[in-house]
Amino acid sequence: MRFMMFIKVEPGDENFEPTEADVAPMMRYNEELTQAGVLLALDGLQPPSKGATITFGADGKADVVDGPFAEAKEVVGGYWIIQTKSKEEAVEWATRVPAEPGTKIELRQIFEMSDFPAELQDAAGELSATPPEQTSDL
Amino acid sequence: MADDAERARRAIDAVWRIESPRLIAGLARMTRDVGRAEDLAQDALVAALERWPRDGVPDNPGAWLMATAKRRAIDQFRRAANLERKQEELAFDVGLAMALQGDIVAASVEDEIGDGLLALIFTCCHPVLGPQARIALTLRMLGGLRTDEIARAFLTSEATVQQRVVRAKRTLAESGVGFAIPEGDELAPRLASVLEVVYLIFNEGYAATAGDDWLRPDLCFDALRLARILASLEPREPEVHGLLSLLELQASRLRARTAAGGAPILLLDQDRARWDRLLVTRGLASLDTALGLPAPAGPYTLQAAIAACHARARTAAETDWVKIAALYEALARIAPSPVLEVNRAVAVGFAFGPLSGLRVIDAVIAADVLKDYHLVLSVRGDLLCKLGRYPEAHADFTRAAGMTRNARERELMLERAAAARWGGGGASPS
Repeated sequence: MRFMMFIKVEPGDENFEPTEADVAPMMRYNEELTQAGVLLALDGLQPPSKGATITFGADGKADVVDGPFAEAKEVVGGYWIIQTKSKEEAVEWATRVPAEPGTKIELRQIFEMSDFPAELQDAAGELSATPPEQTSDL
Repeated sequence: MADDAERARRAIDAVWRIESPRLIAGLARMTRDVGRAEDLAQDALVAALERWPRDGVPDNPGAWLMATAKRRAIDQFRRAANLERKQEELAFDVGLAMALQGDIVAASVEDEIGDGLLALIFTCCHPVLGPQARIALTLRMLGGLRTDEIARAFLTSEATVQQRVVRAKRTLAESGVGFAIPEGDELAPRLASVLEVVYLIFNEGYAATAGDDWLRPDLCFDALRLARILASLEPREPEVHGLLSLLELQASRLRARTAAGGAPILLLDQDRARWDRLLVTRGLASLDTALGLPAPAGPYTLQAAIAACHARARTAAETDWVKIAALYEALARIAPSPVLEVNRAVAVGFAFGPLSGLRVIDAVIAADVLKDYHLVLSVRGDLLCKLGRYPEAHADFTRAAGMTRNARERELMLERAAAARWGGGGASPS
């Protein structure tokens, strides 16, 4: 089973530039995930000031607001996708994230195709007729 | 509370899966005996199962397990030292006790943990053991699987697996293979043995994806996990990345390769939207890594490159058959096999026309090695249909139908034979 771990931090200084010492524990943690063969993907996210929020109103129209968002209590700072045998194993990995006080990790299980009934699987297959993305050319 | 006990047990399971390879590797570094290391680790697990449900899971469960296992080892040493012992055994145990009591901080250095894990993989896959023993040991010590899980995945009894493990541990101890990462000339054959074990585990799961028991297809992910671990520990070996790439790409098609009823769907007929993009991306990246290392591409890397040609084609019609045919030729040069030639005939047929494919398949038939393999005649029949030589195609499909023991396949062959008789072809590429 696959899980996505979101790391949520308090909104801080937009121009914060982490030092090598700041990121070392996180790099060690990521290395540990890699060495355990559970890490599928990870990314850090840029601050909300570089993003936007798109809200769909009652009329279904999209309303776009650029960041930052003053009212935000927490900001998603990045994510991991891990593959484990059980939820407990994923939770155990989540508890090992080297985090500052106040940090939150949200752990969410990813839907697998087999979680859907067969009819829905067929429908989903037909709907998503987009081919796999090409990421490399040889 | 039964619920709490169950929750604690599952938490211990999770900790065990994460910590046991490092724990066993660390203990094996000190005892130089994998069997003994695993026994000590198991003892620590038993202690955890007693204590943690009552006292809670400790903050650093890995360190707790390691400390418990070491205490146990020292106890064993003290008890043994009281008995009359051979001089050399005593000397060994003194060394062991010193190692255990001494400064163990060194063992927590990342590189050493990595080296320990790598030595553990090489030891579990040592050629003094038979393939089944290697698989059982590897899944148990590196995959964190219990004996009953291995037994279910391999459709055998728990007692059989248990016995396999016990014997394998004894063989390792008696043959004095030690606990080390092979070097020099020894490395290549030993690495080949490790890669073979991982590939065998994957194929056991891949062949069984239509089964009812989730533990069998799950073997694919156990193998993938092992391959990923290996790639992080042995990053300079191109074939490690080649194998990882091959497994990621094959696993990316897992959910597209069976119909709702469980019937297999051939690669070219698969709904490509169902391929797992994340695994495709990972597979292509590993292939790039393998090809970027300074060594000629080995068999796993070439197979991965073929799988990548399929992964990159947005539709079956877009497949780069010329490249696939060239890759098969390269593969045939370093690892020739008649089955490979059959695949090559298909690729050559698509790339350069059915007549060229027919030449390859006729060479296989002339070599007289795959006489009872129905696929040879089925491929030949396909090529003949494309050439409009229907009576010959009909004959080949009919003979192929007579060769296969699989009812579904026989039906398919007879259908094609009938279609060929009426000049319809009806050939779908295999």
